[in-house]
Amino acid sequence: MKKANMNRTVSFAVILAALALASFLYAAPTGISASNGKEAAAAPVIHATDADSMRIEGEKRYHANCGRCHAAPQKFPPRMTATVLRHMRVRATITEEDRRLILFYMTQ
Amino acid sequence: MGKPAFASRRRTALSGRAVLLAFVLIAARMWAQTSTQAAVQNADQTQEDKPIPILTGNFGTFSFVTGGQNLIDTQINPVLLLPLGERWLIESRAEFEGQFQRPAGGGPYGGPVSKHVDYAQVDYIANPYVTVTVGRFLTPFGIFNERLYPVWIRFLQPDPLIYTINTAPSDGGMLRGGFPISSAANMNYAVYASVTSIGIGSVDSERHVGGRMGLFFPGPRLEVGGSWQKTLQDDRKNAFGFHMGWQPSKVPLSVRSEYAHSFDGSGYWAEGAYRLSQVHFWQKAMRHTELVARGQQFFVGEIGADADADLGLPSANTREAEVGVNYFFHDGLKGIASYGRQFSSAGNFNQWSFGLAYRFLIPLGPSGAKSGAQ
Repeated sequence: MKKANMNRTVSFAVILAALALASFLYAAPTGISASNGKEAAAAPVIHATDADSMRIEGEKRYHANCGRCHAAPQKFPPRMTATVLRHMRVRATITEEDRRLILFYMTQ
Repeated sequence: MGKPAFASRRRTALSGRAVLLAFVLIAARMWAQTSTQAAVQNADQTQEDKPIPILTGNFGTFSFVTGGQNLIDTQINPVLLLPLGERWLIESRAEFEGQFQRPAGGGPYGGPVSKHVDYAQVDYIANPYVTVTVGRFLTPFGIFNERLYPVWIRFLQPDPLIYTINTAPSDGGMLRGGFPISSAANMNYAVYASVTSIGIGSVDSERHVGGRMGLFFPGPRLEVGGSWQKTLQDDRKNAFGFHMGWQPSKVPLSVRSEYAHSFDGSGYWAEGAYRLSQVHFWQKAMRHTELVARGQQFFVGEIGADADADLGLPSANTREAEVGVNYFFHDGLKGIASYGRQFSSAGNFNQWSFGLAYRFLIPLGPSGAKSGAQ
């Protein structure tokens, strides 16, 4: 039984390593180009001037991310929303890009 | 002990190296992106409102009728969020819970009122990829303990059978974060070490190390991941688990599941919630109504039935099926009702639950202009 448990642990560790390696390799071609300093597809950049695009993208990410745990909540005043999203950044490990876009959507 | 012990140590070393390799790769990936992405984000960032301290949390009062015995459970879980500057957050949650029953011979309801500090942590958001946490924190083993525990969030009020497996609070440090690895997927991770072992009721904790890694695919809204933990006291055992969540965008359905395996026991749960917003009759009421169901199973571990019971786990192999309905009076207030039946060699019984769960949110400072839409 001990051996079986140990084997499972080793398998899990190997799967974890493989997962990290796969994601690393998968992400590499779409990462940041050091030569031109621009971010590629890793996280779509939406310029502040394009408020409508940001709102639409923010709403999409709001439903996708908040719905992972609970029903999408109502909108709160902006400074409360900023606190809640910082909390969610930590608690739900949402990405910085998602946090910014959701904050933009929820405070417009 | 000779050869098997050597082989065991070798496997442990191998697994340790594999985990180390995984996190070195992640660190390298993060390091490569941090500076450039920060510059891009700063250039694009609009003026954000400064966060203010908030007192939030939830209140719940429930009646659990288990095998004909009624338990009234009333609890309040205040959460204090205190943002400092642009990168810091101090957060804490406490739990005050009263559980009241009639004595076997009859008489008025009575029972214990307990209090716990669930977490009291300081978070430093170092960059888009790493947040450093120190203090007491919820152990990120699976997703229920960290993200689905609050009564206003959970689909069904009774805890999953495997809930207490490797979810003892942690006192120590943690690195965690979430970041995109492509336009189609985000990765999230947490690695932690709990360095104190306290055996006093309201501040109980243990020494352990562990990690969790997950992938979230925003397109199909699918999340999958795994957890690992090694206890550094008592039997010094390994535990592992897997989790998933799925919320299809075209159907108001949410599905999630966890599996956990440890020395104490193993098991799984899978649950779904379907919001009746697409039903064409009684729409006003139906769109506030959610049907929920859960199936779960627990297998007694190597520590034996009595020790399992001490840990809050079933004392025999157990199966359970539950169905329920949640009605959202508004965003933060829901009424709940559920029925479940548990099957085990220790006895089969029904479990009913009824109650109310309420989430509150109180600003502790000027909250800014009302943002409009509800």
